[in-house]
Amino acid sequence: MTSEFSRRTFLLRAGTGLSAAWVSANWPALLSAAKHAHHAAQAAQPPKLEFFTAEQAIEIDAISARIIPTDDMPGAREAGVVYFIDRGLTTFSADDQKTYRGGLPELQSRVGEVFPNATKFSALTPEQQDEVLHTFDELAKPSQTAANSGQRAIRPRPGAQNFFETLRQHTIAGFLIDPDYGGNHDGVGWKVIGREREHIFQAPFGYYDKDYPGWQPVAKEADKK
Amino acid sequence: MTADQPHYRTSDEVDFVIIGSGAAGGILAKELSTNGFRVVVLEQGPHLTEADFTHNEIEILAQDKLTNHPKLQPNTFRKTLDEKAKPQRALVYGRCVGGTSVHFTANFWRFHEIDFIERSKIGPIAGTGFTDWPINYSELEPYYTKVEWEIGVSGLAGASPFDPPRSKPYPMPPLPVKSSGVIFERAARKLGWHPFPAPMAILSQPRPGRSACINCGFCLSFGCEVGAKSSSLATAIRMAERTGRCEIRPNSYVHRIETDASGRAVGAAYFDEKRNTHLQKAKAVVVCANGAETPRLLLLSANKQFPNGLANSSGLVGKYLMLNSGGVVTAQFEHPLNDYKGFAVSRVLHDFYELDPQKVGFYGGGGLDARFDFTPISFAFGGLPPETPHWGKDFKAALAHDFNRTMEIFCHGTSLPLENNSFSLDPDLKDAWGLPALRLTYKDHPDDLKLGNWMFARAHELFEAAGAQKKWSFPAREQQFAVHLLGTCRMGNDPKSSVINPDHRTHDVKNLFLCDGSSLVTSGRGQPTMTIEALAFRAADRITALAKRGEISA
Repeated sequence: MTSEFSRRTFLLRAGTGLSAAWVSANWPALLSAAKHAHHAAQAAQPPKLEFFTAEQAIEIDAISARIIPTDDMPGAREAGVVYFIDRGLTTFSADDQKTYRGGLPELQSRVGEVFPNATKFSALTPEQQDEVLHTFDELAKPSQTAANSGQRAIRPRPGAQNFFETLRQHTIAGFLIDPDYGGNHDGVGWKVIGREREHIFQAPFGYYDKDYPGWQPVAKEADKK
Repeated sequence: MTADQPHYRTSDEVDFVIIGSGAAGGILAKELSTNGFRVVVLEQGPHLTEADFTHNEIEILAQDKLTNHPKLQPNTFRKTLDEKAKPQRALVYGRCVGGTSVHFTANFWRFHEIDFIERSKIGPIAGTGFTDWPINYSELEPYYTKVEWEIGVSGLAGASPFDPPRSKPYPMPPLPVKSSGVIFERAARKLGWHPFPAPMAILSQPRPGRSACINCGFCLSFGCEVGAKSSSLATAIRMAERTGRCEIRPNSYVHRIETDASGRAVGAAYFDEKRNTHLQKAKAVVVCANGAETPRLLLLSANKQFPNGLANSSGLVGKYLMLNSGGVVTAQFEHPLNDYKGFAVSRVLHDFYELDPQKVGFYGGGGLDARFDFTPISFAFGGLPPETPHWGKDFKAALAHDFNRTMEIFCHGTSLPLENNSFSLDPDLKDAWGLPALRLTYKDHPDDLKLGNWMFARAHELFEAAGAQKKWSFPAREQQFAVHLLGTCRMGNDPKSSVINPDHRTHDVKNLFLCDGSSLVTSGRGQPTMTIEALAFRAADRITALAKRGEISA
C-alpha cells in the first residue's frame, strides 16, 4: 500500500537524481555489521579482530581515516569504524569478504603506481594518501600527476575501485549508525553532525520554529480557490 | 497476539479469509470481526510488535526487516512490453503484520471531490484509461471521518481553503510545527499560497495503550516503538483481536485462491513458515495484499475454468498501474532547523491540486509538503548537495554543517492510468518458494513528467522566497521503482473495463472481494493510504450488508 517507506530513502530518491535503483543496489553492501560490532564499539579496550589481520586492519583504518578524517572533531578512527567493519564482515555476505580480500592488495598496487617507492597505504603521508584515493574519483582516468611526472602508468583497477566504494559506504555507516547498534563509538559521529543522542524530543526543535506564534488563519477576505 | 484470539482449523470454513493485514486488511479484519463474522487473516510476514522496533538503520534499510526481501522475492523491470524484463529490485512494501502502514511516513490527506470525477470535468485523454470512479467523494466522506476518529489522525479542519467538505473536525490537534514547516508556511504565504498544518496518522495526544508522538525522528522506514503512528498494527489489528473472532495468522504466504466447479472461491492456499502448504477454507475471500501482490495472486490462481487468472475476464488484472509522480527539491538555510527531531511533515499546501490543462499545457495536479525524512546514514548518501565530494575533509565538513540545516519539499502528483503499465508474472524468474516473480512494466505518461518538473519549479520559487542559501533538484525522470501501488484491479460498473464493482466484489467470482491500492481508479495526488483505509471501511459495510442478505454464500 502506501507510502512512504524508503519512499523517502528508497522511493523518494527515485524522483531525484539518486535513483532508488542506485540506493537499493548499494545498500546491501552495508549489511549487518551492526549487532556484532556493538560490543566492540562499546568496549573501553580495543576488541579482538575477527576478520582482518592486524596488518590489514591498519590499512583499513588508514583508508577510512581519509574518508572521514580527524580534524578538530573526531573522525572514522575515533568512531571505531575499523571494528565495525571487521565484525560486519563476519556477518556479511561472502561477497563482501571477497571485495575486501581482493581489493585491498589491488589498492596497494595503486599506491605503488602513484608513489613508486611505497608499498603500503598506511606508510604514506595524509596528503599522499588523498592523492592515491583521488585516483578512484574518476574511473580509469589517468592521473595528471602521474602523466606529468613520468611515474608508472595508472592501470584501471575495478577491484580496487569497487573495494574503495564499498569501504566508503561501510565507513559512513560505521560513523553514523545509532551507537546502540555497534559503531559510532561514544556517539562521536552524531556529535560531528550535531545530532543529540536522545530519542525523545519536544518542540521547539530549531531556530525557525522557536518563536512561532501559533497557527494564524489567513485574513478572511481570502482568496478561495 | 492476545489471549482472546481464536485458533481456527484450516478445515473450519470461516466466514472470511482476509489475505494481507495492512492498511486495508487490518480495517476489514476489525470491521468484519466486530460485525460478528469469523475471520482468519493470512499475513505473509511476521507478527512483530513495538518491542521489535529499533532505530537500527542497517537492520531496517539494508536488511529489509520490515519489508519484502529482494533475495527471497526478486523482481524484474522493463519500460515497455516489447522489452525483456531485467532482474532488479522493482518495488517495496511492508511485509509484517500491519503491512506498509508500519513503516510509512503517515501523510493522511483525503482525496478531493475532483479525484473521483475528473474525467467528466476535463474530458478524455487519448491513449489512457483515464475515467471517473463509480463512487464519489460524498459517498466516501463518512468513511474518511471514520478513519480519522477510529484510527487516529491529527490535523486542523478548515485550515486549507481547498479542503473537501467534512462532517466532523479531526479528533485531535495537529502535531507541533517544525522549522521546515515554519520556513515553508512563511514563504508560501509571501507568494499568496495557502499552507496548512499537515494531517498525519500520528497521534498528537495519547490514546489508550498508545503514546502521543515522542518526536524521535525515526519515522519513515521504521516501526513506531510507542504506538504513536496509526498503523494497522497499532490500531485495527488490535481491535480485531479483541473481538475474539479474528485470528491473525502471520508467516502465511498465500499463493493460490482455490475455486470449485461452480466457480466460487473455497479458500486460500498458503505456505507456512516451514513451507508446508495448507488450505484455509472460507465462505468468502477478501484480498488486501496490495496493488502488486493482489493482482499477482489472481494471476497465480489461474486454472482451467479461469485460464487468464481469477477474476480476469476483463484482462485488466495487474494493468493501469499508477505510482504517483513527483520528487524532491532540497534546500539549506543559515541557521539550524534540527529537523531530524520529530515526524517528517508539518506543513502541506494544496494550491496546485487542480491545474488547468489549458493553462499549463498538461494534465495533472498535486500537493507540496515541507519535510525532512532522512536518518543520519541516509542523509550522508542522499541529502548533500550534488557537487559535494563523496569522501574526505570537505565531505565531513558538509555533513557537519548541513545535517541540521537541510529540508526538503516533496512534490506529490498524479499519474495517468496506462494499460501497459502493470504488474505481471515474470515468465522466467522465480521467488524462493518457486513462484513466478513480480514483473514491473512502467513508463510514465509525458504529462506526469511535465507535472513533476512544473511542481519542482514551484518548490524552487518557495525556497527562493524563503531565502534558502542553496537549493537543488533533478529533472523528473521515468520511474522504475514502485512504492505507491495503485489501480491494478480497478473499480467500475462495467465488467469489461474493470475488475471489481463498487462493492469491491469481483465481477467474475461472487464470493471474492478485493480492497487495497489496486481498487483505485485514479491516482489521487500522492497520498493514497487515507483513501485506501476509507475504502476499506466502506467495503466492510457493503460486504456485511451482502452477507446479511445471504447474497455471498448463496
